[in-house]
Amino acid sequence: MVKEKGETPVVQMKGITKRFPGVLANDYIDFEVRKGEVHALLGENGAGKTTLMNILYGIYRPDEGEIYIRGKKVEIRSPKDAIKLGIGMVHQHFMLVYPHTVAENVALGLKGASLVNPTKSVEKMIREFGEKYGLKVDPNARIWQLSVGEQQRVEIIKALCRGAEVLILDEPTSVLTPGETKELFKILRAMAKEGKSIIFISHKLDEVMEVSDRVTVLRKGRVVVTKKTSETNKVELARMMVGREVIFRIKRETVEKGRVVLQVENLHALNDKGLLALKGVTFNVKEGEILGIAGVAGNGQRELVEVITGLRKATKGRVIIMGEDVTNKSPREIAEKKVAHIPEERIRMGLVPNMSVAENLILKRYREPTFSRGLMLDKEKIEEFAKELVKKYEIMTPSIHTPAKLLSGGNIQRLILARELSGSPKLIVAAHPTYGLDVAATEYIRKLLLEQKKKGAAVLLVSEDLEEIMELSDRIAVMFEGEVMGIVDAEKASIEEIGLMMAGVKRR
Amino acid sequence: MRIKLEKRTVVPKWMVVVVSILSVLLSLPVIAVIFKLKGVDPILAYKKIFTGAFGSTYGLSETVVKAIPLILCGVGLAIPFRALIWNIGAEGQLLIGAIVSTGIALKFPDWPAYILLPTMFIVGFIGGAVWGMIPGFLRAKLRANEVITTLMLNYIAYKLLEYLVYGPWKGKEEWGFPYTSKFSPSAQLPRLFNTRIHYPTLILGLVLAILTYILIYRTKWGYEIRVVGENPEAANYAGISHLKVILLVMALSGGFAGLAGVGEVAGIQHRLRLGISPGYGYTAIIVAWLGRLHPLAIVLTSLLFGGLLVGGDMIQVALGLPFAAIDIFNGVILFFVLAGDFIMKYKIRILR
Repeated sequence: MVKEKGETPVVQMKGITKRFPGVLANDYIDFEVRKGEVHALLGENGAGKTTLMNILYGIYRPDEGEIYIRGKKVEIRSPKDAIKLGIGMVHQHFMLVYPHTVAENVALGLKGASLVNPTKSVEKMIREFGEKYGLKVDPNARIWQLSVGEQQRVEIIKALCRGAEVLILDEPTSVLTPGETKELFKILRAMAKEGKSIIFISHKLDEVMEVSDRVTVLRKGRVVVTKKTSETNKVELARMMVGREVIFRIKRETVEKGRVVLQVENLHALNDKGLLALKGVTFNVKEGEILGIAGVAGNGQRELVEVITGLRKATKGRVIIMGEDVTNKSPREIAEKKVAHIPEERIRMGLVPNMSVAENLILKRYREPTFSRGLMLDKEKIEEFAKELVKKYEIMTPSIHTPAKLLSGGNIQRLILARELSGSPKLIVAAHPTYGLDVAATEYIRKLLLEQKKKGAAVLLVSEDLEEIMELSDRIAVMFEGEVMGIVDAEKASIEEIGLMMAGVKRR
Repeated sequence: MRIKLEKRTVVPKWMVVVVSILSVLLSLPVIAVIFKLKGVDPILAYKKIFTGAFGSTYGLSETVVKAIPLILCGVGLAIPFRALIWNIGAEGQLLIGAIVSTGIALKFPDWPAYILLPTMFIVGFIGGAVWGMIPGFLRAKLRANEVITTLMLNYIAYKLLEYLVYGPWKGKEEWGFPYTSKFSPSAQLPRLFNTRIHYPTLILGLVLAILTYILIYRTKWGYEIRVVGENPEAANYAGISHLKVILLVMALSGGFAGLAGVGEVAGIQHRLRLGISPGYGYTAIIVAWLGRLHPLAIVLTSLLFGGLLVGGDMIQVALGLPFAAIDIFNGVILFFVLAGDFIMKYKIRILR
């Protein structure tokens, strides 16, 4: 790569490799950031962006590789070291003391703040940064009174007061409204102009195009490319982000499609921040069909799954399962309609980590008369059932009494699938079912979903893995900002066409 | 050099036992320092406490007497604690149980004992259960923090008790003391020989400890309680109703405490008066925690703390210490129990 003006980059990471049990999170990554640039780090979830930045900020140590700051080789053992080297990070979740004022939060743990009345000098600094970069926030306001966007500014100010020259922002816009995002971008540009370097982690193509000078695309722990943002475009970035190798398809058997199982009509719902996340989604899924929901994460897929399974309230529109209106029914009532849910966050939602494999296998079915006599649970029946499922789904576990948290990721997913599929579901809502799994587990789980389809179940498959969607689905719906951009036949769809829709370009 | 904490994946059973015993033993030298500062020889004080509580038939019987309400309250508290619902209101629920059962005893003194006493227990259970369900409902529907609401309801219960014994329920032949009239004989629980052990309540407590064990580990309700406690999101995903679980655990917990209240008025005092509980409902929190929320272990920890209460009486008399000295025991032991929790959850590693 040709260096501009021959200047030494502020940050140089060379050959960074980081392994986690069963995962190669960063695979020999080279990454550099120059003075005064906004450098976007683009990639899907699990591509290794956050791992790489956690290494730079001293939260993880790399297994291999070297880091140079302003040309000098350094070892960053902790965030403290990183701060000393002028690296600051704004996490997705803010680290603020809510009942305290802005100035108090900034002064907290700040070296150089005077012992007596520490907020005095800090207030001045806050005002200065406010004017210099447009980081406007009242130093005397309490954190809980501030909007999320303002809280984020406080985090940025905290980093600047600690002397940050390089600022890492981990998906900073995921919590912001469009207006706040615009404001943030102005601030970032202003800071870059003053010579700060900004690393902007994102998986949103629009934002990367809008704010960055250069972009590095990561995929499966590797760098795909680093180039000037002005020399690329959304479609190219989308393709690089999801991978361009030839897609070899499993022979997809087309099954006779039956009745409509799931019908979603003009569905609206809010996200956790109270913003509109679904803006009139309509589609249906039939018996013996897999409908893939493609899209970059955060475009309403999570909310869609939660509304269908009863975990989130719809504000408008209808969900109809087997001809029955189940809009805003409880998760239990919906599960009783033979709806299986393979949740996105399998450990957080789909599992009770401290309870045994057997107890986890009955999580959805413990109420059934098969497993109980009156109020008592039938231990023998439960153990019999658990042993059967462990065998059938090849769950590798020392025993059915082992706490579920001791299982590997792939086996946890097998456990969840075993449980969800054991009730012979009519509808399977699968959210990122193979995310983070190794090849063997991935293949197994895809096979199971195809089997279910053959048996006549309707499958709604939400995935960020475009290959997976293309491989398994009969039809593909692409979501963007809470809307379905279009629904295409998987046989006829091209990855370019889907990539365009994922980037928000409507099909027609 | 750095100290690093690592979460343990599995806590072996022996460790739970060893750490629990150690948390009591390790608190002793700390308390000894406090005794020393008060000018009391700690060895002597410990001796007095031990012999007072366990050294004589009388002491032993009194230890059991004090353990009875602790078993009922402690076993009851283990249920909401399992579901991560922090019921701090056992004291108030106990008082309400005492109050409503007293109402029955005073209203129907002529009923035969085999009808009157069971009625008093049933009504006492219901009273405590309702007192517990109020904060449960507020928590489930309005997200009102149950630590605060249960605690506040304790004071309301206490004020209600005060109002009744100073006002409408004040006994005519009690020379102006804030007592109700003495219960009729059929409202008095039988006692074991010439001790104060009102054994029907003791048996009730032991049976409920076993039933609670079964409830938690062998029933659908217990399963729901554990899922809610271990992972509320998974509970939601599995369609377990949060409202139902909260109301259930608060009703049972409050009901058990209410039974303890009935035992105190019908078994010990034979009337309603101030000071029927020296804070059993609060001590039961430590009892439940030291018993690691295991109903059968709680029976043992109840006996230990029952002994402490008796021994506390003893040093008060023998060494001229204030009765509050025993609160120091409770407090210091609680600290060690919580520290023990931490040791069990995390491995401490020293890195260089």
